[in-house]
Amino acid sequence: MNRGLGLTTLQMAAFVARGFLVFEGVVPEALNARFLGQLRAPGGDSEDNLGEAYNRLLHNPSIPKISPGTRLPDCFQPDDCLHEILDLAVVKGAIKSLVGSAPVFDHHFLHLTLGASREALRTAKAASQHNHQDSTIDPRQAFDIQMFYFPQAVTVEMGGTRYIPGSHLRRVSEAAIARYQNLLGQQQVVCPAGSIYVFHMGLWHGAGLNQSSEDRYLYKIRLGPNEPQVRLWNDVDLVTQPNAPRPIFWTDPSQQDDPIASQLMALEPWFEADTGRLELINRLKLWRYLTGDAKADIDYWLTRVENEWG
Amino acid sequence: MAARQKVLVLYLATSALDTPVIGWARYDGTGESRPMTGDADVPPYKTGVDALRDGWRLIQASPLVSHVSGEEFRTDYLKYEFFFEQWQSFEPSP
Repeated sequence: MNRGLGLTTLQMAAFVARGFLVFEGVVPEALNARFLGQLRAPGGDSEDNLGEAYNRLLHNPSIPKISPGTRLPDCFQPDDCLHEILDLAVVKGAIKSLVGSAPVFDHHFLHLTLGASREALRTAKAASQHNHQDSTIDPRQAFDIQMFYFPQAVTVEMGGTRYIPGSHLRRVSEAAIARYQNLLGQQQVVCPAGSIYVFHMGLWHGAGLNQSSEDRYLYKIRLGPNEPQVRLWNDVDLVTQPNAPRPIFWTDPSQQDDPIASQLMALEPWFEADTGRLELINRLKLWRYLTGDAKADIDYWLTRVENEWG
Repeated sequence: MAARQKVLVLYLATSALDTPVIGWARYDGTGESRPMTGDADVPPYKTGVDALRDGWRLIQASPLVSHVSGEEFRTDYLKYEFFFEQWQSFEPSP
């Protein structure tokens, strides 16, 4: 049981159902400015192509080189911007709730998308990035998280990360989904400075085309669990087996809504009619893993197919 | 007169062509447009049949595949993929 800082049960249900959480503007402006100031060239960014920009950035000490497998508490120095950001109460609480208090560092990266004026010098054929799932096929029930930190405000024109809510439980092979140009309900990051998006490792996403005049920075860090991901959040209100599960299909219109159940059972507009039901089943399997309750169910989806007597 | 192919890929809610479009992709061999990922939030047609009525020619539909024993609940790629084409006359540059 956990009563400390951390996500609520409803936030955990949203993460299980949709594969992401958004924390807008949680990093103080002074910290955003310090982080960006350390990344930008002393005389202002001037490179005309990404290769030149990364030649400079990869030598920047503000983003250290870290071995995969390092425990997060051992990754950054106390006066590093990134240490301060990851130590913010809301950020620390989210990390702890999802992957524990000493998760394993996988990798991090600074994504830079040049503004349109300079990108056009590099190529007249600039395009958005295809949708993809990071890493490779990953059949685990345990999951890593990817935190996306946007140190500057991201406008529509800046082509912030596009992502597909509810795609995280589909087991696909990286860019094999590149053909899926558009899906109903797709979203794009548009946010104030200092926002952090937390993705389940499987969430389909891709970078948009930066059509603004401003360079766009995105710092990403991937963290894996170092312990069972069971009830690590502020689970004071968790009920996995209600005394009287809510009726299904033939329901009482005046019945009080259960926000946790409703969140977990909310379909995405791009789900196929039949596959959407499989998505619900896979969410419930993940919910059982997270709650530690092997009998947890909603709307009878798992109990029905487990009623085996043969 | 030369011709160039345009391709439309529709992903539908079921295996039936008259069900809603849930995803889509376009490719333009004429070079007149340059579709890319994330370029539209509204599908070009409501259903696959609407694309037929607008002159698109269906050239491929994904088959229905049996579920592998033990993997019945696994989800991965979009299941109901339909490829359409149009041919457009094209005047090559001299």
